[in-house]
Amino acid sequence: MISDFSTLYPEVVFAHTRNPRNFLALDHAITAEGNSPLCGDQLVVYLKLDRGVVTRLTFLGSCCAIATASASIMTACVEGKTVPETEALFERFRRLLAGDEDTPADDLGELEAFRCLRDHPQRVSCALLPWHTLLEAVSKATTTDI
Amino acid sequence: MGRTREMQGQTEPLDFSAIREDFPILSQSIGGRPLVYLDNAATTQKPRTVIDRIMQFYCEENASVHRGFHRLSELATEAFENARKSVQHFINAPDPTGVIFVRGTTEAINLVAQSYGKAHVGPMDEIVISAMEHHSNIVPWQRLCQESKATLRVIPITGRGEIVLSEYEQILNNRTKMVSIAHVSNVLGTINPVQEMVRLAHCRGIPVLIDGAQAVGHLAVDVKTLGCDFYAFSGHKMLGPTGIGVLYVSASRLEQLEPYQSGGFMIHSVTFEKTEYGAPPYRFEAGTPNVAGAVGLDAAIQYINRLGIERIAARDQELLEHGTNLLSCVHGVRLIGEAGQKAATISFVMDGVHPHDLAAYLAHLGIAIRAGHHCCQPLMARLGIPGTARASMAVYNTFGELEVLAAALEEVSKSLT
Repeated sequence: MISDFSTLYPEVVFAHTRNPRNFLALDHAITAEGNSPLCGDQLVVYLKLDRGVVTRLTFLGSCCAIATASASIMTACVEGKTVPETEALFERFRRLLAGDEDTPADDLGELEAFRCLRDHPQRVSCALLPWHTLLEAVSKATTTDI
Repeated sequence: MGRTREMQGQTEPLDFSAIREDFPILSQSIGGRPLVYLDNAATTQKPRTVIDRIMQFYCEENASVHRGFHRLSELATEAFENARKSVQHFINAPDPTGVIFVRGTTEAINLVAQSYGKAHVGPMDEIVISAMEHHSNIVPWQRLCQESKATLRVIPITGRGEIVLSEYEQILNNRTKMVSIAHVSNVLGTINPVQEMVRLAHCRGIPVLIDGAQAVGHLAVDVKTLGCDFYAFSGHKMLGPTGIGVLYVSASRLEQLEPYQSGGFMIHSVTFEKTEYGAPPYRFEAGTPNVAGAVGLDAAIQYINRLGIERIAARDQELLEHGTNLLSCVHGVRLIGEAGQKAATISFVMDGVHPHDLAAYLAHLGIAIRAGHHCCQPLMARLGIPGTARASMAVYNTFGELEVLAAALEEVSKSLT
């Protein structure tokens, strides 16, 4: 139940928005730009891959709380994963946001917080934006870095 | 008949609480709270007279216009052409042939860019717009420039959100083939000095299109006094239905306008060898038009005339002043757009809160505002912000609603500290 602005989203979302993880640019990284034509969120992801494993992922941008928190949590939970593992995680996250109740949430960790978007369906695209941008960076990389 | 302006200039005050009762949608609750609708620059709500008129049209008059010889076709044609005359009188156009029905402002601008622009703009020519334009008054010209190898020139604006006329004049030159400018900014609320801008362009023989989407229905628009060549607006932003809008074209430019879309209704005669086009405005209205939309727009004009456009404009100014005073006192709120002449649109940002999150919270309280770039990404870039929250008022809004908005913003502000 939303009682005031601080309860609009789960606390974990606000915590990441106030203090986003991995919020910096990386030199010599693969970059991709994401922006939402609908609402104006803009971000850049910086990706480092080593033999198909995400060794470092950061971002910078000017986004709403949902997109910022989603990007922050994404950078934290993707590091160390292979590209197929990253893609599989994205698929599960996407299904969670789509309202697929069968998605087991036990190992989605903080991504689970975005279940709150069932109350804000128009904001699903904000949560997906960082992931789409990451996948674009991955697709740029696959020919040279994997 | 209510198509004259007989009610304008009336001085007795209107009962604004009674006006609200004319709009069925406004009585609803959102999550147990009364709806506070402050997204009127996106679209306005519709009075019952408009809703009823559309229903009546479909129940009693519906038929194709200008084609049938049966009773219903006569009724529909009469209603459609009466709507055109209503629009003509409402904007003081000299002749109904200059009133072209389109889907909305966007289509109107595209029509001019394609039909006038393609024939009159060539390599090295220039099109002039301003830094505060809506995408719909940027992209059609950008496409025309790409196709014609012309250049898009942009009139700068001040930090307050105003055009400086001397800078505008410096941009105009003998290569300028069109000036296209918003009458009222959908983000900043700025009322641009369009009459003077038309005069300065006409001194150099340059045609001017005015994007009146945010002006018509809020302030008195007189195309004869403005002297503009083209004036575009939408029905749904002036208490009318969606899917109907108007392009006014002056008599001299009407002759220079090539047909836009082609098909039925816009022709005089067709053989497989050649087509002779019909006379304006039908030449520009290919296909079966949105008759119910035009009839609904007519009802919206009658409603506005009954209230009186001058009184609506005065009410807008009261709402603007009250809203500006309230919001500028909220801690952390910064107003965007401080032009001397403004419509009842207030854009703002709040420290530490993205406009989307603000709008999401207000939505939960039943308050409808718009957040984002408002289809004005170049303007946002100019202002150095990702977007704004925007409260835009219409004649049925109340001081009480603005107080609800300000109190909610105050709560957000407190929760951040």
